[in-house]
Amino acid sequence: MADISFWPEPEKRPAIDTRAHYLDMTRKKRMYGGILLVVFVALMASGFRLAEMRNAGDFLAGLPMVYQFPAEVLSEAWAMRGNLPGLFLEFVPSLLETINIAGVATLIGALGAAFLALLSTRGLAPWPWALPLYRRTMDAFRAVPEIVVALVLIYIFGGGPVPAVIAIALHTCGALGKLFSEVAENADLKPVEGLASVGGTWPQRMWLGIIPQVAPNWLSYALLRFEINVRASAILGFVGSGGIGYDLKIAMQWGAGKYDQVVAIFLLLFLTIVAIDQLSGHYRDRLVKGAKP
Amino acid sequence: MTMADVPLTRTVELGFRRKRLTALAVPAVILAYLTYAFFAFDIPGLAGRARLDNAAILLSDFWSHKTHVTRDNRSGGLTVAIEGEAKGTYASGTTPDWVTVAGDVTTIDLGKGHVVTYDPAGARYVVPGYGTIDIRPEGGKLKLDAPQPLPDWINQADTRISVTTDAARFAYSRSKVETFRYFPGWELFFFTLDSPFHDKSWGELAQLALVGDRIDPARSNIGYMLSEFWTNKMWRHGDVAWAIFETMLMAFLGTMSAAIIALPLGFLAASNFTPFRAVRFAFRRVFDFIRGVDGLIWTIVLSRAFGPGPMTGALAILITDTGSFGKTFSEALENIDDKQVEGVRSTGANSLQSARFGVIPQVTPVLLSQVLYFLESNTRSATVIGAIVGGGIGLLLTQAISTQKDWEEVCYYVVLIVLMVMLMDTLSGWLRRKLIKG
Repeated sequence: MADISFWPEPEKRPAIDTRAHYLDMTRKKRMYGGILLVVFVALMASGFRLAEMRNAGDFLAGLPMVYQFPAEVLSEAWAMRGNLPGLFLEFVPSLLETINIAGVATLIGALGAAFLALLSTRGLAPWPWALPLYRRTMDAFRAVPEIVVALVLIYIFGGGPVPAVIAIALHTCGALGKLFSEVAENADLKPVEGLASVGGTWPQRMWLGIIPQVAPNWLSYALLRFEINVRASAILGFVGSGGIGYDLKIAMQWGAGKYDQVVAIFLLLFLTIVAIDQLSGHYRDRLVKGAKP
Repeated sequence: MTMADVPLTRTVELGFRRKRLTALAVPAVILAYLTYAFFAFDIPGLAGRARLDNAAILLSDFWSHKTHVTRDNRSGGLTVAIEGEAKGTYASGTTPDWVTVAGDVTTIDLGKGHVVTYDPAGARYVVPGYGTIDIRPEGGKLKLDAPQPLPDWINQADTRISVTTDAARFAYSRSKVETFRYFPGWELFFFTLDSPFHDKSWGELAQLALVGDRIDPARSNIGYMLSEFWTNKMWRHGDVAWAIFETMLMAFLGTMSAAIIALPLGFLAASNFTPFRAVRFAFRRVFDFIRGVDGLIWTIVLSRAFGPGPMTGALAILITDTGSFGKTFSEALENIDDKQVEGVRSTGANSLQSARFGVIPQVTPVLLSQVLYFLESNTRSATVIGAIVGGGIGLLLTQAISTQKDWEEVCYYVVLIVLMVMLMDTLSGWLRRKLIKG
């Protein structure tokens, strides 16, 4: 009430039409929004037209075919459904290899990421001047697509799981390093100071002061990454070699006659991914929110 | 110490013992797993399989190129070709100045005193500090005259003799004799040999571009230069630029359409917007199914239907990401603050209006940052998807790698891909800051 009394009499107030201003502002905002929307829609439409023009087959002609291939595969596999249990067993070793590639790559990548993260977090880094160096290293690891590293390494090492492991581990190291360092930035520095005051070395300070604080979040990110890496490892197998992706490629290249194998691999991959998804989701929930009493 | 403290100390001690055990057990388990993987992946056998000579070729190809000087020993014809490719062959009579042709005798000056001579009798290689290596065919075999004992950089067999020095590589077989001279840099990166701008220095080029007479009267020199560069037959800069653009297009179209499709579906799967459990459950399972049938499988199925190209890649990204977006969007929608929605509803808004004014402003930052993050990561995926469906830079990359000799092109593409990903990273970060905080 008090401020109002300082205002001049209503008829002497400066003529600010709040309502008109507000409407004006809204109109302007709406106009900008509309322009943005039109630009966006135009971009999408022309983008799709362009993409369709440069595509081998066009969209409408291909649409009915989307069902055709799965139908063909499924009907053949249904006719040979008796083979499926045997095929499942046959492909389990390569599935294990795919999972192992992801597992080892996640482990190595996460270990590397932990070091890089601690080295590149302000307040924790033993050499603060080298901070940008480690950060750029992580950026570079993240920017190189796995397929590039894998394909080049296949030329040197020949086929097998090792190129895929190195490729995925490098990428994991970059991706997790960034996330780890964001977590470590928020860690409480008091334990570190306490350890420093009693003469703890840098590894001791990190191991006893920081790692226990960040472990749940780091583990949760690493689990999520494992999930992503299982998919990546299957794809790398398909493009390069090793694991179940490679078997899938061989079976696909054979075409009709081996579709029961294709379906067996599809199913194995699907079930594994769903299972790992669920498991990692469950454990991530527990890690971040704390164990249920 | 009172009686009550005894169980407490015991608990604490037990707790410590357990902690200590886990602290030892975790590294032990990791180590055991890595050991298992070490043998499962046959790392000991890897040393035998690894082709370190391939690695050396690859590394030297990354930063240098070689020019082949080849004489066909049967016809006597001489070709000088960069990387031995038809596209890089010097027209006859226009050899580079370190190769001199005088009748039947060809002299190759490799610099630092290394000289190779091809003549009708055979070929000679003068290596400073060692002597002359003389090779002539005699009775279907190759006769080698060189200071004894032979060093290990001369490799002699009945039908093939090869010499590797730091100036060049030289190989003599019955059918042909070849000298490879290495130069730093990527060959013919700007202009190919048939272009009028080849062999000109930067200064000359700048002069031609700005003030020089027109080489082709029909167009300006700078336009001519750009078109010569763009249509460079060796590096195909134009095609590469298109491929990069296609890859970015795939990522953009796929991510954005997935977001547009997933937004309404997210509402249908969120518990606070869809009261029907069955509908919610159905949509959740659809999202799980899409995410479970991995991007790899969607890509294969779609490329069967639509053929290779960027649209197939965009559709593959669209389907895969609809699943992920649907899940994260519905989770974001479930976590909104209900007060705003109630406020809008209390003014008499219907459900569509309350969604527009009560919900969307709340979730926009979360959704946008999610979409932009996916846009960046999809640029990388689009490279891989391009390799599978056959489109964009991924296709060029796999093609260049499968020839197993164009490693300088592989290096070029890798540099471009990394730049592209970094560009998208910066762009999406900038947009995120602008749209969400600004």
